[in-house]
Amino acid sequence: MLTIPQDIYDAVVAHARRDHPDEACGVVAGPEGSDRPERFIPMVNAAGSPTFYEFDSTELLALYKDMDARDEEPVVVYHSHTATEAYPSRTDIGLASEPNAHYVLVSTREHGNSEGPVEFRSYRIIDGVVTEEDVTITPTAATETVQSQKRSTP
Amino acid sequence: MAIEVRIPTILRTYTDGAKSVEGDGGTLSALIDDLEGNHPGIKERLVEDKSGSVDLRRFVNVYINDEDVRFIGGLDAELSDGDQVVVLPAVAGG
Repeated sequence: MLTIPQDIYDAVVAHARRDHPDEACGVVAGPEGSDRPERFIPMVNAAGSPTFYEFDSTELLALYKDMDARDEEPVVVYHSHTATEAYPSRTDIGLASEPNAHYVLVSTREHGNSEGPVEFRSYRIIDGVVTEEDVTITPTAATETVQSQKRSTP
Repeated sequence: MAIEVRIPTILRTYTDGAKSVEGDGGTLSALIDDLEGNHPGIKERLVEDKSGSVDLRRFVNVYINDEDVRFIGGLDAELSDGDQVVVLPAVAGG
């Protein structure tokens, strides 16, 4: 099961809406081994395509070095489908290379850039086998929000 | 000559779970052959046969000292003692 805070869920959905009709992609990092998606990191879709996504190779390296330095791992790897359902495509399955990650698919096919319900589904993809899992949304972690506000105060 | 090679999660089955291993070689190609000697099976995951010649797999990124090897000669990219090599599978899909 994927357990994800409301604010991060909202950020993933907003990113998918914003980039529609191109696919949006990104990661939610969390402490290694914790299974807690905590740090939302939207990525540029270097493919800039409605049918494909790929992290830019230089940004990919920077992302992994940063996560490494923070003892984090990609807890969620997300991307959107803009014309089809929120289910991993054959390409998604073939290229999935994070066996510990939750692969989140958001479909914007219904409402595009507009408000309205979106499909938000989560999967494990291991050795070509897709297993859908439940998604539980938890209230935004209030203490962390307060802390980050404090940090940003000059 | 020692070169540190960072191994991504998905390939750690070949390195007994190690996040990084040491290798040896004057080029990326030689380094991969050296890795294959100690971690059999890993080469197949990094390179493929493309119309008769061996090349890096399309969705595998390799960096030498933070530079994507595709911009510095690919498998022929040169290595020196103390270099750091990072292997990262592309994050991509359809």
